[in-house]
Order: sequence, then structure tokens, then C-alpha cells
Amino acid sequence: MSNTKYILGHFADPDDMMHGIEKLQANNISIYDAYTPMPIHGIEDKLGYKRSRLPIAAFCFGITGTLTGFSMIYYMLVYDWPMNIGGKPAFSMPDFVPICFELTVLFAAFGMMACFMYANHFFPGRAPRVMDLRATNDRFIIAIDARTNPYPDKIVDLLTEAGAVEILHNERKYVSYE
Amino acid sequence: MSAHSESILREPLITGENITYSKITEDVLVPVENKPNKAWWIGFTVAALFALLWVVSVSYTFWVGIGAWGLNKTVGWAWDITGFVWWVGIGHAGTLISAVLLLFRQNWRNSINRSAEAMTIFAVICAATYVVSHMGRPWLAYWPLPLPNQFGSLWVNFNSPLVWDVFAISTYFSVSLVFWYTGLLPDIATIRDRAAGMRKRVYTVLSFGWAGSVKNWQRFEAVSLILAGVSTPLVLSVHTIVSMDFATSLEPGWHTTIFPPYFVAGAIFSGFAMVQTLLLVVRKVMNFENYITMFHIESMNKIIIVTGSIVGVAYLTELFIAWYSGVEYEQYAFLNRVSGPYWWAYWSMMTCNVISPQLFWFKKIRTSIVASWILSIVVNIGMWFERFVIIVTSLHRDYLPSSWVMFYPSVIDVCIFLGSIGLFFTLFLLFLRVLPAIAIAEVKLILKSASDQVKQKQIREGHVKKEEGETYLESLKKYDSVDYLKV
Repeated sequence: MSNTKYILGHFADPDDMMHGIEKLQANNISIYDAYTPMPIHGIEDKLGYKRSRLPIAAFCFGITGTLTGFSMIYYMLVYDWPMNIGGKPAFSMPDFVPICFELTVLFAAFGMMACFMYANHFFPGRAPRVMDLRATNDRFIIAIDARTNPYPDKIVDLLTEAGAVEILHNERKYVSYE
Repeated sequence: MSAHSESILREPLITGENITYSKITEDVLVPVENKPNKAWWIGFTVAALFALLWVVSVSYTFWVGIGAWGLNKTVGWAWDITGFVWWVGIGHAGTLISAVLLLFRQNWRNSINRSAEAMTIFAVICAATYVVSHMGRPWLAYWPLPLPNQFGSLWVNFNSPLVWDVFAISTYFSVSLVFWYTGLLPDIATIRDRAAGMRKRVYTVLSFGWAGSVKNWQRFEAVSLILAGVSTPLVLSVHTIVSMDFATSLEPGWHTTIFPPYFVAGAIFSGFAMVQTLLLVVRKVMNFENYITMFHIESMNKIIIVTGSIVGVAYLTELFIAWYSGVEYEQYAFLNRVSGPYWWAYWSMMTCNVISPQLFWFKKIRTSIVASWILSIVVNIGMWFERFVIIVTSLHRDYLPSSWVMFYPSVIDVCIFLGSIGLFFTLFLLFLRVLPAIAIAEVKLILKSASDQVKQKQIREGHVKKEEGETYLESLKKYDSVDYLKV
């Protein structure tokens, strides 16, 4: 038992898992993380995760895109080399709108994705930090750090009571991907 | 993104008995994890041969120039831009399904969005190749980019819709690609965790290290929502700008303010028709009947009838405004469309786009797979004719009667068009083999709220009002909303 690093509670149903989280929290057992095959709504509030700041990043990148587009067109068409197009003014604001808009979307999407990748440590070829292979298929898994939470038997009892279909004691943190 | 309780009166989005989370994974991954069957090989061989035809005819065009096409001094845009607009339009349904329907919380999008997004990307690739080859000197394709040109410090003209198009199409393509790939990450991870050996390695690289932790999913949902938010105006802007390629010119028949909404409606119309064409076959061949149900087919048919009617109103408005404007050139352009030498193209367009989709008002036709499939192809043909009518019949007789001509496509024109369809299907069939054609995680999300088995169980256990339960069961039989009753 002493070699156990993580206790994994496997649930077959997301509602049972949420129930399990409540039970563990009521008994002051801290939850390391939960791994699920689909997004579970309300879980981040329950586990006390803060709201994602990605929308703020997207907004900032979007504004950057707008300004980039506008200043680029202004520099090229108005400042650097004003062209006489049918005697119309060089600074023809309405014509700037489409490209400013497209660049807003482009910058917002790519900037936000870059932040998403950075925050999650995602990049092509990264060894996945997966605790159990069925977490991406049909199991809803609560992971509990066995080193910081005493009384492993109590944890097992609570998980079983909540309806866990399988309880694993892992000696390694992640499934080997070598 | 689904509520836990859904009204019993709503049609089920997942049918079949004993559907579990693992069964969804198994069902969707059957084509990815097994050797392809004969039908796939036959389809792929035919598509690849046409794609080869595309390679040959596009290479020939690059070699000899666009003189290889049937263009002449009067008609300088014909099948190339017709094909371009047709393909871009087809692409629009994917973004509409993945972005607009996400914002409107339409859960039925969950099982069709993945393949529709893939279709978007492949359609935009086909469209982009048309743009590059119609430039004549494709090795100078970077000229519309804002680079100082070597003859001086002259920049591109940002007042030109053609330059806007460069930005719009490239943004659209790259953002759609990002949207699609982000959605794929959890599903690629599912394949990865079930695979072994070389396949596992490949899917590990592709999965970017997805683990499905709470924070992964929270950020994933935030990203999906924002991407949907920015893609919605993006998809509207793209076809608006495509329509401005025409609308900002002084050509009679093109110079109209109705073009942007008319083109956007047409794009959604043709896109849904293409989704229908593909998915009706895919669900049958790959046994996805439990996930893409009659309700999905019917919903798409309803969108086809709405957008088809908008397009119909636009055609009539164009005719009315041409007469009402009092501009004789405009009046002649439309008289020529309706009764000139290209009358057959105009009336094919009218029949295919306006009259035939009206058949979907009948529930029998709307819920018939064969009828839906045939009508979806009819719509695709009609939308090709629409672009042909707008482009060629406007150009071939404009201000100078001395330069009036007819346009005849060359063999290369025809080969590029057929070849681009082959290219599209080659890419789509490859996609079906290597990536899940249904968003696994998103379908799992609605299993507990919107599946038939859950609703039946609620009725059995008496959790719903008796008459509502009866209405539900009756509607399944009466309207044949659930396909498996029949199959």
C-alpha cells in the first residue's frame, strides 16, 4: 500500500462521479484531478477551478488584429504611397473595414489557440499525461493523491459507496507512453 | 453543452438500444480501426482517378496558360470563377453547423458537425486551387499580398474586393482548420488510447498530449465558444466579400446591392445540400443510423427549404429591381438571362433551386432518404447553374453589341471541374478512414439527455406525464422520426 501514488476511482456515469466528488469533499479529501471522456458541466465550480481567461486573451489579440490591419492599410495607402483612384480620397475608411475585420478574426483565433496550447502544454508529439487509458473512452475518473491524503481505506469506501465500478491503486503517476 | 433534462416531446438525437459510452466509441471508430471495405476502395479508386485528372488538367493549364480554357475577349471569367464560388459556397455549411448552431445551442449539430467541418476545409481547398489557376501565372500568386512590388514602392490596392477576398478566404480557411482540429483533439486522444504500435505513435503526435483533465476540458469549451463566436461573422463576411467581387463592378447584372445576403443564403443552401449528399451515404455505409437519425435529415431539409426560398425571393427581387430601376442595360441583362441564348441555364437554376426544394414542404418527402438524396444533388446542380448564370450570361452580352459572343467550355475546363469533384471526394474518403467522422465526445455529451433509450426509460418508469409520453411514442411511429423502426 505504501507504494501507491494515486488512487483512481472509475465511474461509469458522470452523475455518479459528481456524487463521488461531493462525498470526498465532505470528508475533507482533496481531489487531484478528474479525467473524463467529455466535458462535465459544473465540475470546475465544484473543484474550485477559476474561470478560464482565454476569452480575455482572444479579445486582446482581436484588438491587436484590428489595429494591425488599420495601421497597415493606412501606412500603405494613405501615408507611404497615396494612389489616385478615380480622384477619390486616399483615406477611404469604409474600404478598410473588410480587411480590418478579417485580421481581427485571424489574430483572435490564432492568438487564443496559441494561449490554449501554451496553457495546456499541448504541442505535437507531447507524451500524454494520462492516468488511465479508459478515461478517453467510457470511464469518468477521479484521481486522488495518496501521499497527501491519509486513510486510503476510507477513500476506497467512499468511492465504492458513491458507485465507483473500479478502484485502482497506481504506483506510477502516468501511463507509460514510451 | 446540454441540459440534463430535456422535454420528452423533443425527438431523440440518438436512437437504438443499449447505447453506452463505450458503444459510441466503438461504433464511431469502426471505419478508423478496421481495414476499409470494398465500397470504400471502389469509391476511393474512382475519386482518386478523377483527382488525377484534376492534377493533369491543372498542370496543363499552368504549362500553357489560361488559353487552355474556353475564355475569349468578352467572357474573361467563366467556369473558373463559377467553380470557385460554387466550392466556397459549399464550404459554408460546415462553419454554419459548427459555429452558428453551437451558438444557438442546437444539439442536433453534435453528430454532424465533424464531417461538415471536414467538408468545409476540402471545399475551400478546391476553391483556392481555382483562384490560383485562374491567375494565369500562378507562380506570381503572391502579388495580391501587401508586399512592396519590385517596380517601385507601389502597394496593393486595398479598395479592391479581390484583395479583400485574399484576406477573407485565407482567414476563413485557416480559422476553419484550427476550429476543426481543436474539436478533433479529444477524439484523436480516444483513438490513441485504444491503439497499439505504430498507430499509437502517430495518433500520439497528432493528439498534442490531450489528457481529458478538468482544466483541459474547461479551456476546450472556452476556446470552442469563442471560435464559434468569431467564425459566425467570419462565414457571413466571406461570402459577402465573394459577392462584392461582382457587386462592386459596373457590369449589368452584377452591380446590385442585393448580392451579399443573396450569396450568403445561397452558400448555406448549397452547403447543406452537399452535407446531405455526403451524410446520407456515410450513415448507411458506416452504420451511423443511430447517431445521424431521421430527425437530423429532416432538420437539414428544413434549412434547405428556408434558404432555398430566400434564394428564390432574391431571384424574383433581382428581376423586379431590374425592371423598376429603369436602366435599360440592367433590364436587358435580365431579359437576356430569362430568354436569351442561355435561357436553359437560367431555367435549370430556377427549377433546381426554387421549385424542387419546395417539395420538402411535404413531410413524406422530407423524411424520405432517397428523395432527400436526389433533391440534394439537384440543389447542387442548381447552385452551379446559378453561378454560371450570374457570371457568363452577364458577361457575354454587355454594353458593346459588337463584342457579344457565346462561351464554350474547352475540354480542360470540363476536366478541371470534374477533377475538383474527384479531389474533394478523395480527401473526404481519406478523412473517413483516419479520423472519426462523428465528434465522439460531443455525442457522448447528449447521451444522457437526448437519447431514445433515456426517454423510453423515463416513460417506463413514469417520470413524465402520461399523455406527453404517449405523444412522444406516437410521434416516433407516426412520423417515422426514428429510422431504426423501419430499418
